[in-house]
Amino acid sequence: MSQAIETVDEDGVIERVSGPVVTATDLDARMNDVVYVGNEGLMGEVIEIEGNLTTIQVYEETSGVGPGEPVENTGEPLSVDLGPGMLNAIYDGVQRPLDVLEEKMGTAFLDRGVDAPGIDFEKVWEFEPTVDEGDSVGPGDVIGEVPETASITHKVMVPPNYEGGEVTSIEAGEFTVDEPVAELDSGEEVTMHQEWPVREARPANEKETPTIPLVSGQRILDGLFPIAKGGTAAIPGPFGSGKTVTQHQLAKWADADIVVYVGCGERGNEMTEVIEDFPELEDPKTGKPLMSRTCLIANTSNMPVAARESCIYTGITIAEYFRDMGYDVALMADSTSRWAEAMREISSRLEEMPGEEGYPAYLAASLSEFYERAGLFQNINGTQGSVSVIGAVSPPGGDFSEPVTQNTLRIVKTFWALDADLAERRHFPSINWTESYSLYRQQLDPWFRENVEEDWPEVRQWAVDVLDEEGELQEIVQLVGKDALPEDQQLTLEVARYLREAWLQQNAFHDVDTYCDPKKTYRMLRAIKTFNDEAFEALEAGVPVEEIADVDAVPRLNRMGTAEEWNEFIDELESDLEEQIRSLY
Amino acid sequence: MKEYQTITEVSGPLVFAEVDEPVGYDEIVEIETPEGRTLRGQVLESSEGLVSIQVFEGTGGIDRNASVRFLGETMKMPVTEDLLGRVLDGSGNPIDGGPDIVPDERIDIVGEAINPYSREYPEEFIQTGVSAIDGMNTLVRGQKLPIFSGSGLPHNELALQIARQATVPEEEEGDEGGSEFAVIFGAMGITQEEANEFMQDFERTGALERSVVFMNLADDPAVERTVTPRLALTTAEYLAFEKGYHVLVILTDITNYCEALREIGAAREEVPGRRGYPGYMYTDLAQLYERAGRIEGREGSVTQIPILTMPGDDDTHPIPDLTGYITEGQIVMDRDLNSQGIEPPINVLPSLSRLMDDGIGEGLTRADHGDVSDQMYAAYAEGEDLRDLVNIVGREALSERDNKFLDFADRFENEFAQQGYETNRTIEDTLEIGWDLLSMLPKEELNRIGEDLIEEHYREDEGEQVEATAD
Repeated sequence: MSQAIETVDEDGVIERVSGPVVTATDLDARMNDVVYVGNEGLMGEVIEIEGNLTTIQVYEETSGVGPGEPVENTGEPLSVDLGPGMLNAIYDGVQRPLDVLEEKMGTAFLDRGVDAPGIDFEKVWEFEPTVDEGDSVGPGDVIGEVPETASITHKVMVPPNYEGGEVTSIEAGEFTVDEPVAELDSGEEVTMHQEWPVREARPANEKETPTIPLVSGQRILDGLFPIAKGGTAAIPGPFGSGKTVTQHQLAKWADADIVVYVGCGERGNEMTEVIEDFPELEDPKTGKPLMSRTCLIANTSNMPVAARESCIYTGITIAEYFRDMGYDVALMADSTSRWAEAMREISSRLEEMPGEEGYPAYLAASLSEFYERAGLFQNINGTQGSVSVIGAVSPPGGDFSEPVTQNTLRIVKTFWALDADLAERRHFPSINWTESYSLYRQQLDPWFRENVEEDWPEVRQWAVDVLDEEGELQEIVQLVGKDALPEDQQLTLEVARYLREAWLQQNAFHDVDTYCDPKKTYRMLRAIKTFNDEAFEALEAGVPVEEIADVDAVPRLNRMGTAEEWNEFIDELESDLEEQIRSLY
Repeated sequence: MKEYQTITEVSGPLVFAEVDEPVGYDEIVEIETPEGRTLRGQVLESSEGLVSIQVFEGTGGIDRNASVRFLGETMKMPVTEDLLGRVLDGSGNPIDGGPDIVPDERIDIVGEAINPYSREYPEEFIQTGVSAIDGMNTLVRGQKLPIFSGSGLPHNELALQIARQATVPEEEEGDEGGSEFAVIFGAMGITQEEANEFMQDFERTGALERSVVFMNLADDPAVERTVTPRLALTTAEYLAFEKGYHVLVILTDITNYCEALREIGAAREEVPGRRGYPGYMYTDLAQLYERAGRIEGREGSVTQIPILTMPGDDDTHPIPDLTGYITEGQIVMDRDLNSQGIEPPINVLPSLSRLMDDGIGEGLTRADHGDVSDQMYAAYAEGEDLRDLVNIVGREALSERDNKFLDFADRFENEFAQQGYETNRTIEDTLEIGWDLLSMLPKEELNRIGEDLIEEHYREDEGEQVEATAD
């Protein structure tokens, strides 16, 4: 969290404490100001003002805090520190670095009343100007660069709320983040450090229609339900259906420049897994450690509920800052339901009139406001950057008709529906192919045609048709058994089985299968289609289905995903399929 | 310490009193009734001049003249290593007639969140000796893995079996008994009979001396149930992270705990969430379940096995639902399997262990563990599906392949899941039974298992043999 400037206006006094909600009297504050509550100085935020009463949500445990204790106002809204040092970091919901907290608190448990800046103010960075003295710069313009991590160059920008002007002095060298690196003739000094209030979107010029996919290396996503760079997606599913694994897979393999991962009300052990795993994983694109492009925000389920409410905003603000540099950023929020529940909890403590299922009436507005911060943008400095948002949703009882899922679906354009049934039979990723959809397919098709294969959309449509047909046939099979079906339908079932088992399924824990290049995704699908085409020709020539399915090469379709030399493997497989099936007639 | 005789309202488990000096949120209160009984409670809301107090022991006997004392501190648990072997009531007072507890430390029972940065990822395999768990839903040290059960199902037997048998195989050799777990048993609203069952088993096996038992029985005050698990977990954390024990915490029954939360919520006239449970139940449960894990640089660990009975066997009920979103998987007990006489009646299909993948495999259990488990899941699920079909079209109408899967599902239940509560299977045994069953299926169907592993373990003769008996 940003070290707010110590401009204490006037102290208030606590009047009432009820869990994370504290009411104070005589506090001179604006809405959303950050305040320090009680003798221990717990951080909180003003969420309601009524007469002389100010209501505050406190980001830390309030045990032992009582009426009569002071409340100090910082006069600043909840802001994040932006500057070099955010990548490779792991924050709590109000951008306090967890490693610094451990050091400051001297224990593995999260103590109260300890504050820490979001970026290191002592650390010295190598600054290289990209403009010269005499150049004129405006708000948002890049004036220099800092090599932040192995894979990311941090662009130093004029803050968007500056006036801008002619650069009067700028120099390469080593600076800390709050030392000025440039001076403008407007009298403004530019440092590498900016602050930005989390609840306010950073300005941009224009939002554009995204046409490039965020390639995830997951066959079912890239192949059937792609998301665009700058797009939005929701992953709803009951517990145990693989939301978190899917989110982790995206965080690992999505071809974004920057990944912001928000663990909102997540399990502590899962966040630890991310912290331990990511530094060891390589970015398939650059070969650098994945952590050097990742910023983690971990607000586990037992951390204070108010901080859970704010962690989503902390994440998206950081994402927007990197977008301003011209990067493609992907933000994963796991789970937005916990965020909505935090809103509900605070709202009920405020005794607000509840909307559907006890959620506040502004739930839909808050959700859409958040998802609208995603997009492909023309930045104010002329660069183009994007923020893609992928939100997990945890509907109670796996029932998609509940308010958070429904309100999310009205906004997002990609829907990956997780299915408990599939998860139970260990079909992973357990994304249901009939319920899911992507509204980006059409606008992304040209990219796939150009970069993968000309007939990508057609082959994909073939797969969709076969799977649809299988769904219908399965209903009949449930009644009369498979053998009662005509031969050609039995064959369709067989083909669909390979689509499901060999193509849609993907093992996240297998070294090779965990990431699937779009070209491999295409070739695997193509190989199944080869089987389909050859098999149907054989069927027409009078070969019975059983004989076709018994062909040696066919089960090898299941090994494509884990094949390392996949091009060779699939070449051989396709020619074997052709040869062996043709030899039947 | 100031005493007040200013009670203005008594409502269910809540007492409202006027005060003239500030009282801290969550502070402990003592109320003395005119008969001289002392009741304990906790501040639920504190505003200037008025506090609302939740009384643990029930509000019976409190009148306007009862005196209220604020102790100026939040609830603490006196902890010491000597607690091992002791039986305490739901508020932490000894009830076994033993000596007074001389605490080394008094620790706040609310517990602070473990910094995710300081955690160590759990990946040490715990062998419970139960095939359906070890083979299919492996438990690891520092995990929280609840048992989802229903009324009348033998979840207690399973919990006891786990408590008896759980070891970490690698550490077994060498230091004697070093891998045994200290067991913290937190009972919330269970019947005296159930309590006896646990106590007798603990005594029979000598487990009591490495156990701490917290007993809140069915006729004990409901509100006390909100404190019992926190006392238990505070003790567990102390033993694990200060004293280096590997602690297994069994909490039963979480459903009673949630009922108590609902009761308090209703008494406070809060806006209810789903099915009348408070909207903050997720946060509240998370504050219990998240107190499990390992910490970097510390010796011990806390592993949690909470037990909950699903009302109406419905896993979409708020209690199992919220639990499933917090815990690292679940073990689901099944009524049908139970009536078939399967012991333990664990249905593996809806069961899950999220930490399994990192706790198994070469060097941890066996190289084939992950693949075998995956394949058995897939095959059993397919067999289960086919059972529905058999009911309609009969077995004869199915292909030979389908019949094999049906046989697999039957044998899976009768040989793999079925083992009895006294049998302790090593992971080797479990996997070998797994291969016995998988070898019924044709090799080509084993598409989840690496080819080299099939080569190594597949029993060539098994398939024909079964076919012969099936005919």
